[in-house]
Amino acid sequence: MSETKTPIIEIRDLSFAYPTDDGEAPKNALTNVNLSIEEGSFVSILGHNGSGKSTLAKMMSLILMPDSGSVWIDGKNMSAEDITEEDVLDARRKVGMVFQNPDNQIVATVVEEDVAFGPENLGLPSAEIRRRVDEALEMVGMTKYARHAPHNLSGGQKQRVAIAGIIAMRRRCIIFDESTAMLDPAGRREVMDTIERLNREENITVLHITHYMNEAVRADRVVVMDSGRILLDGTPSEVFSQPETLWNVRLDVPQTTELLYHMKKSGYNVRLDIFDPDECAEEIAAAIRSDRDAD
Amino acid sequence: MNLNISFGQYCEGNSILHRMDPRMKIIASILFIVVIFLAKNLFSFALLILSAVVLIAISAIPVRIIARGMKALTFIILFTSIINIFWIKGETELVSFGFIHIYLEGILNALMIALRIIILLVGTSILMTYTTTPIALTDGLEQLLAPLKVLHLPVHEFSMMMTIALRFIPTLIEETQKIMNAQKARGADFSTGSLIQRAKALVPILVPLFLSAFRRAEELATAMECRCYTGGEGRTRMNILHATSKDYLFCAAFVLLGAAIILLNRLGGYALAW
Repeated sequence: MSETKTPIIEIRDLSFAYPTDDGEAPKNALTNVNLSIEEGSFVSILGHNGSGKSTLAKMMSLILMPDSGSVWIDGKNMSAEDITEEDVLDARRKVGMVFQNPDNQIVATVVEEDVAFGPENLGLPSAEIRRRVDEALEMVGMTKYARHAPHNLSGGQKQRVAIAGIIAMRRRCIIFDESTAMLDPAGRREVMDTIERLNREENITVLHITHYMNEAVRADRVVVMDSGRILLDGTPSEVFSQPETLWNVRLDVPQTTELLYHMKKSGYNVRLDIFDPDECAEEIAAAIRSDRDAD
Repeated sequence: MNLNISFGQYCEGNSILHRMDPRMKIIASILFIVVIFLAKNLFSFALLILSAVVLIAISAIPVRIIARGMKALTFIILFTSIINIFWIKGETELVSFGFIHIYLEGILNALMIALRIIILLVGTSILMTYTTTPIALTDGLEQLLAPLKVLHLPVHEFSMMMTIALRFIPTLIEETQKIMNAQKARGADFSTGSLIQRAKALVPILVPLFLSAFRRAEELATAMECRCYTGGEGRTRMNILHATSKDYLFCAAFVLLGAAIILLNRLGGYALAW
């Protein structure tokens, strides 16, 4: 790549093991991970439970500190010895995080008050906070719930409120740590649409950690993790055209890919990198047609 | 188990009371409590009842909701008044049976105490909980107590704790119900057996509830940190409280009410023992 722009997040040769009880050998949660996230991109991090994907998220949001290697936020080494609390705060103004459980990240008893929580912490003037809160709620489509109590909302709505809380802080990068895992299918769709819009329209860098394949294909880039290492890294087409590798680490591939893979194995000439059901149907129809014509 | 807590819940509305500065509502509540305890005779109680009715009217809270809130407290009200019936000695004895003596004064006293409690609950719940969102209430408290920061009292931390507690009450209630259902599905029995057996049956509910509360607390703390929370220092607020002249007038009205009640007390008639 010829671009010389500083990546918003960069991870260099990072290793980490959770502290264990005495006597137990620590097992590395992350081993020699290198990863660079370009500003404005939409990256999915895929992995099975225990693959290290959530640990990686905690590294990038500076909740955990690496044992060796470093985390760079916007060109600043956050793992250096001389990092102060101010620096961490400063990095957190650039990179925000939305967690898995929507209930455990909402602080206030009114939706708009919760969205205001972050900007209030930044010490902004109240008129500016008001403007940002309204704007953020508008962006996630929750304006009409501004005065509601969070506990009366659905999971998807709560998660959108949590996202608004991060948007209102004007973060350049948002990490979604399995933010769709606890939601029902409708809630997942709501949140995914919101995430996608933030990236496409607001140009916010998105890091989406998930184990849902159909969510991962919506990204520009997919990083597959297994036992603390990066296994695959590429566009969704590149990654999902290797179903065997993914199956080996107990990951699924999108249903369309799986179907096309089996078609291909049975001798049909089909592409594997199709994730849209309609396109997939057309591809199969075309393959069958050309197969019949050949007979 | 019925976990309905209608008493003390915010009731959506747009009355003058709803829009009033929460700080003024807290001050008005304190004044009202003082005024209630100033009332000593039937005349002053009549004025108290009138003021409570006026409060209900301007708050536009449906009487049905207020009555529902009171129902939960029937026992406390009845208990305190019945004790008074037997306790107070007076001049006009009505019933004398063994060691039980009931006097007219006792009955009047019990009636006024019941009224006092009811007016106190209606007044404060209208002023504070029904018309004020919990967050406005904690904001108001934080700002009223702000001068205490000079004494290094953790005023901001206190109000943040209040806010989080209020935020998580419904969540934890929901969770309790979920755990109870899960235990019931495994054959747990919460409604029969002796008191001790029932108390023991609660242990399998409390243990998972506490565990999850601690987990939630940790996650919330992390989430708050990621949102740049560093305590009250340097924090601004979206909604700044403004007390208008109307709010001051409202508080003044309670002072006047107190003065009127002191005057009415002097009119005589039957007076409360305390």
